Amino acid sequence: MFQNLTQRLSQAIERMRGRARLNEEHVREGLREVRIALLEADVALPVVTAFLDKVRGRALGSEVLESLSPAQTLVKIVHEELVSLMGEEAAPLDLNHAPPVVILLAGLQGAGKTTTAGKLAKHLQERARKRVMLVSCDVYRPAAIEQLKTVAEQVGAMCAPSSGDEQPAEIAKRAIDQAKRQLADVLIVDTAGRLHVDQEMMDEVAALHAQVQPRETLFVVDSMTGQDAANSAKAFADVLPLTGVVLTKTDGDARGGAALSVRHITGKPIKFLGIGEKSEALELFHPDRVASRILGMGDVLSLIEDVGRKVDQDKMQKMATKLVAGRGFDFNDMREQLSQMQNLGGLTGLLDKLPGVGKMSEQIKGKVDDRQITRMVAIIDSMTKKERKFPATINGSRRARIARGSGTQPSDVNQLMKQFQQMQKMMKKLKGGGMKGMLKGLQRRFPGGGGMPPGGMFGR
Amino acid sequence: MFRFFKRSAPEKLVQLNPAEIPQEPSAVEPREPVTSAADQTEAATPTPLPADAEPSAQRPEPLAQASEPAPPSASSSTESESAFFDPAVAFAEAFEVINAEKAAAEALRPASLRERLAASSESFRLKLGSLFDRNPKLDENLLEEIETALLTADLGVAVTTDLIDTLRGRIKRRELADAEALYEGLRADLLAMIEPLAAPLQIDLEAKPHVVLVVGVNGAGKTTTIGKLAKHLKLNGASVMLGAGDTFRAAAVEQLKVWGERNDVLVVAQGTGADSASVIYDALQSAKSRKVDVLLADTAGRLHTQSHLMNELSKVKRVMAKLDPTAPHEVLLVLDGTTGQNAVNQARQFHQAMGVTGLVITKLDGSAKGGIIFALAREFKLPIRYIGVGEKLEDLRSFEPTEFIDALLPARTPPPETS
Ligand SMILES: Nc1nc2c(ncn2[C@@H]2O[C@H](COP(=O)(O)OP(=O)(O)OP(=O)(O)O)[C@@H](O)[C@H]2O)c(=O)[nH]1
Ligand SMILES: Nc1nc2c(ncn2[C@@H]2O[C@H](COP(=O)(O)OP(=O)(O)OP(=O)(O)O)[C@@H](O)[C@H]2O)c(=O)[nH]1
Ligand SMILES: [Mg+2]
Ligand SMILES: [Mg+2]
Repeated sequence: MFQNLTQRLSQAIERMRGRARLNEEHVREGLREVRIALLEADVALPVVTAFLDKVRGRALGSEVLESLSPAQTLVKIVHEELVSLMGEEAAPLDLNHAPPVVILLAGLQGAGKTTTAGKLAKHLQERARKRVMLVSCDVYRPAAIEQLKTVAEQVGAMCAPSSGDEQPAEIAKRAIDQAKRQLADVLIVDTAGRLHVDQEMMDEVAALHAQVQPRETLFVVDSMTGQDAANSAKAFADVLPLTGVVLTKTDGDARGGAALSVRHITGKPIKFLGIGEKSEALELFHPDRVASRILGMGDVLSLIEDVGRKVDQDKMQKMATKLVAGRGFDFNDMREQLSQMQNLGGLTGLLDKLPGVGKMSEQIKGKVDDRQITRMVAIIDSMTKKERKFPATINGSRRARIARGSGTQPSDVNQLMKQFQQMQKMMKKLKGGGMKGMLKGLQRRFPGGGGMPPGGMFGR
Repeated sequence: MFRFFKRSAPEKLVQLNPAEIPQEPSAVEPREPVTSAADQTEAATPTPLPADAEPSAQRPEPLAQASEPAPPSASSSTESESAFFDPAVAFAEAFEVINAEKAAAEALRPASLRERLAASSESFRLKLGSLFDRNPKLDENLLEEIETALLTADLGVAVTTDLIDTLRGRIKRRELADAEALYEGLRADLLAMIEPLAAPLQIDLEAKPHVVLVVGVNGAGKTTTIGKLAKHLKLNGASVMLGAGDTFRAAAVEQLKVWGERNDVLVVAQGTGADSASVIYDALQSAKSRKVDVLLADTAGRLHTQSHLMNELSKVKRVMAKLDPTAPHEVLLVLDGTTGQNAVNQARQFHQAMGVTGLVITKLDGSAKGGIIFALAREFKLPIRYIGVGEKLEDLRSFEPTEFIDALLPARTPPPETS
């Protein structure tokens, strides 16, 4: 349904004149596509507009890097700006304070506050070795107190009592006393979900905040939220001095534009991502991942970077020279390729980095077995030097010996031979592009020429 | 007020074979709705399940999924050789799967428009912008303003662009006299899109019970909607029973029990960790034996991307059919009204897995406009049974398309002479 951004930009601007610098026309037409991409990702319109203004300034007159097209250059700039706007990587919680340090969670109904309270408790107990107490100040939602109590039990945290007929501020006050008595380092205060247009409830949470003086006041927001994220974030930031944001339910396929809206409106760092319902499903925030996802590019950019960094360019160059010089691709080269692949986390690692694939195609992943790589390396290692150099010499009895030596079946060796021949063919075609070449081959398989797989991925 | 019921047409009658109806009420459900959490473990003996209802104490893990045929392993097929060597092939296959999924999202048969609900007098009011309180020129600026209103209401780029293009065409052809005419034209276009969706829940009183299975992503408002719906049904004279099919989330059972107590209706539950299908099977059996009119079955929130959890839902449906092949009579998908474009994916996946028959849009008492229903209307034509406008028992409304559009685009006040 959605084309990916690079493809769109390519269609929009690739035919234009001027390739050395991004000119006004490039930028105007390109940013029109960026605007659509951001809106499709649910970034709030005013935030989109502000963001584009910023990018426009930087993009105009930018040099088009060698090896990149104008479209790719613009995507790169947009992506970089987005990453920098998304803020710090993994901003830590500020726990430098006399215990009990209070963390207050607030947000709309059903955003994931109570679940996040449990996750944070677990995180702090395990990573920071803190004694954590939880308390529910949700006196409205049926069984909310019970829910938090259960969550606390699940993660082995303490839980201060509360009941539906008390005032939230009273409950919190008593909880702080109890936290002191029981030597808790951290007290996490869960609050009822509330709408930002509900003045009474917003006053209530402001009063609660004044009462407990939290060190951290976290706004919990559902990553599937649409345009309204900007309004609610603003209203919460107006009544509460927020210190950070938790973005929940990122384990789905929402593009998560709300993250940008909330970040832009509140100016506060996103500190954690909720990635599931269980207590361990909490992740530190990585701006580049969220940015790529909003743009619908998955981690393709980081994949390309990874390839650039981890693939040993020297060795690749040698191999390329050799191939160009007409000498054949042999098992030494194949082994080299295999270990390069292992360096990149294997095929599953590569697949994981591609947008959409991680989520949707357990099936595909099922076909990719990285143990195979290990097995193939073992087989090659059982070959003699001569066999590696001159694969044609590997006859039936040699195959049997190699299988024995590597603890595999002769059929495995046969398969490897077949794969070797395929690879040999492919390497000839790629003329020594190596891993990078493979990626190029991959890019060619997808129409549009932008180099990235089609489909908004997360916005299937 | 609300008139939900219609005696079903004779051919819709579900003929119950008396032999199938247990003479005694099932022993498993608590007699009284209970709220205390200490009761979590009561009523522990589940009724034996039909053959394919493998009980599972825990939420199934994706990898523990046994019913999916395992994909061929890399070493066993020739095609996987290339998958090994050529990531491109693997990726291309991945995207073929995606495309196939897309194609499989079939269009929906619109539910026949039945009696419409009488308009609720206490209809919700949203804060309105002041987009049209002057009399602007028919130009791109005006169109841009409208575009902004539509986009910020979550109508999405595709729907908005089409609407704006239509307006632009009409302006070009000089079909519109002034902003007033343009505005009315737009409202009419919007109304035409969603008017067919207004089709409240119909209860087949012969079904006994008419089973309503409530599904949706996490925190959308399923359990709360069940609580509200129970009240409406009771007000209209139906007997209601609740099934606590969310056996996963902390205190989900207790939450539903509170709603049961508020409505003074029975809640069939087994507690956290039980098999969801088994609980709902129990509930259906019990509702049948008591000749309850409506069974509202709660389920755990789940993201539509989690195939193992979607399979779990299909199992609930299968197991139910063992007792009553016509059940569930309604699969209600609850969507959070503050959700953005992802709601389309949610509807698509849930529909594909479950055959959704109706929607509930919740949380429209905030400042979100719920504009996603336009994109939904285009792709699925699923009727919107209700909207949620608050957390209390009485905060359920019928879906009134005109009101909805009033909230989106303010009714135009006579323009002062400017411009
Ligand atoms: N998939 C997924 N589900 C989540 C995540 N975080 C929370 N949930 C689920 O979202 C639903 C709502 O979570 P709660 O923690 O009850 O939300 P809340 O903000 O406390 O809700 P209220 O107190 O009613 O306002 C539950 O079903 C949670 O299991 C997440 O990161 N991923
Ligand atoms: N303002 C408002 N809040 C609502 C509405 N419907 C539900 N809620 C609130 O949203 C939160 C989540 O509602 P639940 O009914 O627990 O949602 P659920 O879909 O059952 O959640 P899970 O079972 O955790 O997936 C609660 O705080 C409800 O009070 C509504 O129409 N308006
Ligand atoms: Mg809560
Ligand atoms: Mg629920």
